[in-house]
Amino acid sequence: MTMKLIELETDVLVVGGGTAGPMAAVKAKERNPKLRVMLLEKANVKRSGAISMGMDGLNNAVVPGHATPEQYTKEITIANDGIVNQKTVYAYANHSYTTIQELDRWGVKFEKDETGDYAMRKVHHIGTYVLPMPEGHHMKKVLYRQLKRARVDVTNRVVATRVLTDSKGQAAGLLGFDCRSGAFVVVRAKAVILCCGAAGRIGLPTSGYLFGTYENPTNAGDGYSMAFHAGAELSNLECFQINPLIKDYNGPACAYVTGPFGGYTANARGDRFIECDYWSGQMMQEFYNELQSGNGPVFLKLDHLAEETIQTIEHILHTNERPSRGRFHSGRKTNYRERMIEMHISEIGFCSGHSASGVYVNERAETTVPGLYAAGDMANVPHNYMLGAFTYGWFAGTNAAEYCANYDGGTVDSAQIAEEMNRVSAPLRHGGGLPPSQVEYKLRRMVNDYLQPPKATRKMKLALERFDEIGEDIGNISAENPHELMRAMEVQVIHDCARMAAHASLFREESRWGLYHNRVDFPERDDVDWFTHCHLRKDDVGAMSSFKKAVEPYLFPLDDNEKNAYQRLRVVAPARTA
Amino acid sequence: MPTAINRTSVPVSVDDEKCIAHKGCTVCVDVCPLDVLAIDIVKGKAYMKFDECWYCMPCEQDCPTGAVHVDIPYLLR
Repeated sequence: MTMKLIELETDVLVVGGGTAGPMAAVKAKERNPKLRVMLLEKANVKRSGAISMGMDGLNNAVVPGHATPEQYTKEITIANDGIVNQKTVYAYANHSYTTIQELDRWGVKFEKDETGDYAMRKVHHIGTYVLPMPEGHHMKKVLYRQLKRARVDVTNRVVATRVLTDSKGQAAGLLGFDCRSGAFVVVRAKAVILCCGAAGRIGLPTSGYLFGTYENPTNAGDGYSMAFHAGAELSNLECFQINPLIKDYNGPACAYVTGPFGGYTANARGDRFIECDYWSGQMMQEFYNELQSGNGPVFLKLDHLAEETIQTIEHILHTNERPSRGRFHSGRKTNYRERMIEMHISEIGFCSGHSASGVYVNERAETTVPGLYAAGDMANVPHNYMLGAFTYGWFAGTNAAEYCANYDGGTVDSAQIAEEMNRVSAPLRHGGGLPPSQVEYKLRRMVNDYLQPPKATRKMKLALERFDEIGEDIGNISAENPHELMRAMEVQVIHDCARMAAHASLFREESRWGLYHNRVDFPERDDVDWFTHCHLRKDDVGAMSSFKKAVEPYLFPLDDNEKNAYQRLRVVAPARTA
Repeated sequence: MPTAINRTSVPVSVDDEKCIAHKGCTVCVDVCPLDVLAIDIVKGKAYMKFDECWYCMPCEQDCPTGAVHVDIPYLLR
């Protein structure tokens, strides 16, 4: 089967229409309305990405009068065990309120108090950064209106597979295919912004259902794989994303939502065991310890709250972000009023929105490849969440538009296009091969067996052996239609991410970030040798290469009494009287 | 290589009485992030073609006639 070829051209090409992508596209157009701006989306921008059903709040709002950018930068530095580029976190924090005001103007409804001020809530260990959005189910509609208003050229159902690069090593466009028609798509552009979300399909949920992941499973890790193959550096991938979830359901237990109402994470006795529900590696380690202990499993405790409080929580949790949650609870006959809700931990993934594993970007959203930008969950600005995705999308769009003004492109070797067309069309050419779903299941099951923390050296080396074998199977995958081809190409993305996860985890010979990088054969944090970023890139022969990159000098040094705040999350047992 | 087809229950159901795909409606198919819904051309009705559901619910919420219902997939129920 030969693929029909579609060739397109634009100036700024944004890949991914979830959260960061629409903002990047709108801001590129605002910066220079004369530019052609194309937004390429694997699904449909109306309902794509992590916030397809909206979001119930901002987790990291830096609002004057409640927090300062400096304070926020310090808190994220502490929560991420010191390994941050403060410049990128500070750039976010400094722009956070501007982004909120813009979203407010666009029609996003934030909770306000009786005087019209934002109703901020405290969830983090030190500062106050949570701003609820009880009516946040309308997020995607708000973004869609802005895309139309800005006249962004939207192309849906195109799966991006490789960044096109030119003779100067600059991004020159994108290669991919239409998952409906099966046509091969070449888009030439002056600048490319990757906003492809987290790598949410590396691990397998304990249910065994391939698509029951925490992240929107459309976010298979495409951005991570494309950045790697384009030669970009990826940063601290060993700092996995692992989240506390409702057991068997992929929704968060929502400490951010229920915490301010008096809900909390409890053990089987109904006792609190962590002081702070903010998602950090240290919190996840305590969660894991409790889960494995005689006090396990772990629960979300709401059954002590008043009826009207529970109704408010239900309204928020069952209409926003994960609205099928109520349906799950009724199927299990669990009612927040009557009993605690069993929790478990998620599968592993890469995500900088929640942890700190992503494609390296500086404070201008630039990757290490000229003309290639990244924003959102896939771009390494630690604990950046939705508001960080909007903010870095804004930076990426503005800066990419400026980059276009002085664009000086090299030549594009057409062999690159032919080679990729050959790779993408391979599963369509050979019939009767392995189905993508079976290879994906096996790959992700191996990820769980060998890479899920606690991490052990020998297990991770075995993982790489299994991944090599599965790499051979990938060559035998066949696809019967363009939809199945999308899944086949996603298996390759997941395979790249699984190998990067093992490679990056083996390189850092210490334990850091609590459960995220708990290496049992290097159990201590080692600030002498490993107070450093670890970057990974493709070397000259196409192999994965890891190296240290010094942590940038702090803008705001930490006070001694703050440094270990996130190391002391376990509730101290009350002194017993004799 | 030899292959077999396994029967599987799918989480999305469509009420054929209410579905107006035969009038050209494709809303549920359009909004699905995983692209798992399709229109049965012969029946003129939407249906779940691939068991790859995130049970995220845009198909149900955006359906103009309330024809679509999303259940939690059996393995998670």
